[in-house]
Amino acid sequence: METLFTPFASLGGGALIGLGAVLLMLGLGRILGATGIMSGLVFAENSSEFSWRATMVVGMILSPGLIFLVTGQMPELSVPVSPLMIAIGGVIVGFGASLGSGCTSGHGVCGLSRLSVRSIVAVPTFMVTATITVYLIRHVFGA
Amino acid sequence: MRLIFALFTGLVFGVGIAISGMMNPAKVFNFFDLTGTWDPSLAFVMGGAVIITFIGYRLVWRRNAPLFGGGFQIPNNSSIDARLVGGSAIFGIGWGIAGFCPGAAIPALGTGRWEVVLFLAAVTAGFYARRLLTPIQQTTKAA
Repeated sequence: METLFTPFASLGGGALIGLGAVLLMLGLGRILGATGIMSGLVFAENSSEFSWRATMVVGMILSPGLIFLVTGQMPELSVPVSPLMIAIGGVIVGFGASLGSGCTSGHGVCGLSRLSVRSIVAVPTFMVTATITVYLIRHVFGA
Repeated sequence: MRLIFALFTGLVFGVGIAISGMMNPAKVFNFFDLTGTWDPSLAFVMGGAVIITFIGYRLVWRRNAPLFGGGFQIPNNSSIDARLVGGSAIFGIGWGIAGFCPGAAIPALGTGRWEVVLFLAAVTAGFYARRLLTPIQQTTKAA
């Protein structure tokens, strides 16, 4: 399934993602990593650590609705894989991101911006394995 | 105020994710499908996000402390170990299978799509699996 090349929307959206990361550092002094935020909610150690993560997640969840209010359309979301693949992929994502201490936002956006050595190793690693995985699924197994 | 700030930060991040195309698995798969229906848009997402974060972090760090106190909590671990590389590699495999990553899926909850709920439930299961199988890890919240 083809998707449109959207350099301007993607660059602008990326800039807002970066702005979100900068705001979190400015306000609370934290790295914006979705894995850390999620696991901080699931395995909350105390209520003040829980509360900022919870309200931040509420803000994130409200964002498609805000876009709908402004543009009249929900953000595009099409899932070309089966529920089984989403479930299996999700477990692997959770396991790997937790073990590797980060995902696309934490290592990718924040870690690269900090010039973190760990993130400079992590990002190419997951980009390469994702590329190989998509290649195998689409072009070798032909799913 | 701290919580309102966190809510606003989540909203900015989520709108960025939605506009950028990151919450659309079809676009994520195509970004990795170099030999097929390749769509390079997501490189622009990472580019825009890293440029803003790189500059913004350095401006923020001129301050002595975050707006709401507590100090800047920045990971200082620089060890490249098997957990980092293995975890990142595993994360990429899952991302290539499901097409969602955690930072895209949390805002995508706001679209009300059941696939997103399934994915995030699976990610949470993955967090628990990692805790069960590798329980001794210190919580190095690199991200």
